[in-house]
Amino acid sequence: MLYAILCYHDEDLVGSWTREHDANVMSKLIVVQDKLKKEGRLGPVARLLPTTAATTLRKDDPPLVLDGPYAETKEQLLGFYIIDCENLDAAVDVARELGAANPGGAYEIRPVGFYEPGAGAK
Amino acid sequence: MTDTAWIDAALTSARPQAVGALLRYFRNLDTAEEAFQNACLRALKSWPQNGPPRDPAAWLIMVGRNAAIDEVRRSHKQEALPEDVAISDLDDAEEEIAERLDGSHYRDDILRLLFICCHPDLPATQQIALALRIVSGLSVKQIARAFLVTEPAMEQRITRAKAKVASAGVAFETPGAVERSERLAAVAAMIYLIFNEGYSASGETCEIRMPLCEEAIRLARLLLRLFQSEPEIMGLTALLLLQHSRAPARFDTNGELVLLEDQDRTLWNEKLINEGQALIDKAMRHRRSGPYQVQAAIAALHSHATKPENTDWAQIDLLYGTLEIMQPSPVITLNRAVAASKVRGPEAALQMIEPLGERLSNYFHYFGVRGAFLMQLGRNEEARVAFDRAIALANTSAEAAHIRMHLDRLIRDSQGAAAAKNKK
Repeated sequence: MLYAILCYHDEDLVGSWTREHDANVMSKLIVVQDKLKKEGRLGPVARLLPTTAATTLRKDDPPLVLDGPYAETKEQLLGFYIIDCENLDAAVDVARELGAANPGGAYEIRPVGFYEPGAGAK
Repeated sequence: MTDTAWIDAALTSARPQAVGALLRYFRNLDTAEEAFQNACLRALKSWPQNGPPRDPAAWLIMVGRNAAIDEVRRSHKQEALPEDVAISDLDDAEEEIAERLDGSHYRDDILRLLFICCHPDLPATQQIALALRIVSGLSVKQIARAFLVTEPAMEQRITRAKAKVASAGVAFETPGAVERSERLAAVAAMIYLIFNEGYSASGETCEIRMPLCEEAIRLARLLLRLFQSEPEIMGLTALLLLQHSRAPARFDTNGELVLLEDQDRTLWNEKLINEGQALIDKAMRHRRSGPYQVQAAIAALHSHATKPENTDWAQIDLLYGTLEIMQPSPVITLNRAVAASKVRGPEAALQMIEPLGERLSNYFHYFGVRGAFLMQLGRNEEARVAFDRAIALANTSAEAAHIRMHLDRLIRDSQGAAAAKNKK
């Protein structure tokens, strides 16, 4: 089963990290990613630009383009992973490991219904 | 992450909202700041044990407010109150206050907090110092270091600024649309000033002052989060990101400034460039252009050129033309002339800057640029005069060295010409 791990965190807080701290967190996460990659379980990983760069299309009639992210919440969607796991327990384990590398915020784990790996856009 | 690093980041990120709300309660900057300090001290005690509160800003506001009220009561009654009674049962109370802190309220709180720092009576240096102290929460020591002055001097500067702000009085009612947009413009200008303090650093001061650029970007992003649909705030944020993206390439190993055309472009920070470009794209959709957007668009065109010769000078020339209409200034015309010289040649560019001579008679770049145009036209004697004047006006040794390079070339050229003449 493929699972999406959606990464939520307080964007103001992440934005207050020093450059060194940010780099430190990223390098810890890469250790976990490399392990999953070796096991052939890692799909695309994305860290999103701040929500200030986001635009939302409300699919009203006619569709409406709005500045900003879809939801104004205390914590924002900042990135996601696609991983291949036996079951939910295994996916939670991966999330735990990522969480140990980058504490704070929350991961939402969602089974993937349709997956198109795409053409490997760089 | 260590406990303290987490708490530091949480306190820093909650600060503008918390101090802004406390200022609304107490209507006094010193009281608001003290209340926030008190709340931070309690957070340092409580958070490592009890874990982080769900909404750190709401927690700090409530604890800070209670602590300040206690303080008032204590000084009135001369009796000690039990320390922690006031903050027991925090969870329920936190939820309650979080609900009351609806989005629009805290948006105006933060804007007000930023706005009082850019009171028109305050000189630019005081505005910046005040904002860094009150909104960013830098210590007086840190700010003094960034401004290369002693700590007591900075302390005095901030105290004076605060006194002026207090006597000026700031409206605490919710601002109307016109007033809100005026405040936004003033705050945007102040954030740009903070950025420029860091950006204009060079040599040894570079490392100390560069964090000012990052702080300005953080404030710009904060402002944009609050006012998501303001194209000029998108433009400002994009401009700062794009300029800062070149930071790793702007100085050589001796700390001397490297000109744009000589920079190693592979060192530019692609992530910041992408974010800046994304914001310009968003801003353009609004079709409400402004000076920050235009300047950001110019910076983006430079960012897109992987080599200096790939720069789209024609487009830059047009954009400077737009900027000239929005914000007429001889310095902008001078910049435009540089772009124009690449598109229409040095003769046309020289004509553009001729009328500026009087107003820019003490401006280093004017004579540097003028000398370069004259040199390209082969008017070497006039070029030498302009370069000599530029060296006399240079602000840094790097500026002078750059001009001297041109002069050396002029001398080599004239010697080469003389040698060729002798051969004949």
